[in-house]
Amino acid sequence: MNWTWFHKLGSPKWFYEISSLWLRGLSVAAILLILVGTVWGLAFAPPDYQQGNSFRIIYIHVPAAFLAQSCYLMMAVAGLVGLVWKMKLADVALQQAAPIGAWMTFIALLTGAVWGKPTWGAWWVWDARLTSMLILLFLYFGVIALGQAITNRDSAAKACAVLALVGAVNIPIIKYSVDWWNTLHQPATFTVTGKASMAPEMWLPLLLMVLGFYCFFGAVLLLRMRLEVLRREARTSWVKAEMSRLLEKVR
Amino acid sequence: MNPQRKKRLFIVLGLLAGVGIAVALALVALQQNINLFYSPTQIANGEAPAHTRIRAGGMVAEGSVQRSADSLDVAFVVTDYAANVTVRYRGILPDLFREGQGIVALGRLNDDGELIADEVLAKHDENYMPPEVTKALNESGQSKPAKAAEY
Repeated sequence: MNWTWFHKLGSPKWFYEISSLWLRGLSVAAILLILVGTVWGLAFAPPDYQQGNSFRIIYIHVPAAFLAQSCYLMMAVAGLVGLVWKMKLADVALQQAAPIGAWMTFIALLTGAVWGKPTWGAWWVWDARLTSMLILLFLYFGVIALGQAITNRDSAAKACAVLALVGAVNIPIIKYSVDWWNTLHQPATFTVTGKASMAPEMWLPLLLMVLGFYCFFGAVLLLRMRLEVLRREARTSWVKAEMSRLLEKVR
Repeated sequence: MNPQRKKRLFIVLGLLAGVGIAVALALVALQQNINLFYSPTQIANGEAPAHTRIRAGGMVAEGSVQRSADSLDVAFVVTDYAANVTVRYRGILPDLFREGQGIVALGRLNDDGELIADEVLAKHDENYMPPEVTKALNESGQSKPAKAAEY
């Protein structure tokens, strides 16, 4: 396998140049997928036989919950790369992903509460799935706070990487909580491989929304990372050249 | 990979394995407390403490719901198809409450082994279907996929 792309990522300049292309592609894909998925899911998908229209909140809840977990997994991988290979960009990715992941977790918890009230009869239950998701939110807060509290960039990177790695233990717990213990939360509906426990006309818009959320995450992450790279490399000549080019465009 | 990176990789993996094992042990030790509810079989076997607030979960047995004519009192049987528990409740039931639906009831066991509930939550399964599909399934004599094993 060819690993040059991985080693090239060590250069912030290379990343900055190549990512503008990815950014464009991801933004277009995200807008299209979310637009089509929302309209299809909210207006055209049939209502559920038991829950009626209130099940439609699944089109926000499930993608947000997927992303909340994937984002943390990505941060753990970035933490590993940062600790072992000492790659600067890994730390940028880790710290810039944390607020997005925290928002996704918050959205998943909020939509879950709004959905739980009419369906279960309770806003919140201390079952394993809901509680482990709340812990995930606090882990995100921890990474954000640690990154901001430590002024030395290298120690902050190391502390955040260790927290991201250790916290990753929570991810399989969230995923399998509904299988390991009795919970009020039902087991997973949406699986990419397994048999569908959902009619195709309800499942397809959900698939579009999940893919759309991933593209949206990628686009926002790249935006934030590019800004942070410019900020961190502000003294280098290529950033100065890029800044004057950007300022020229504004004028 | 140069030796220093390899060493760091092993340190990180060791750390992760250690934390993983510690958490797994803690979760196994807490197994009983993490379960949200007791199943009717566990209650029938006396695993649930009497006179303290517990949760019981299972399916509402078909034809077991008895509503009082002049109050909000309701009694029904919760089953896991191995054992039954009678639940008594006064109040408004959630929209999804119906016979054959999974529910979780919070309350105390009385001396007769009945659960006097003060809260009833509906548990729904992971299956979503358009109404026409259920109608077609009912007409062909098959009800929705039974998930008895879960309770």
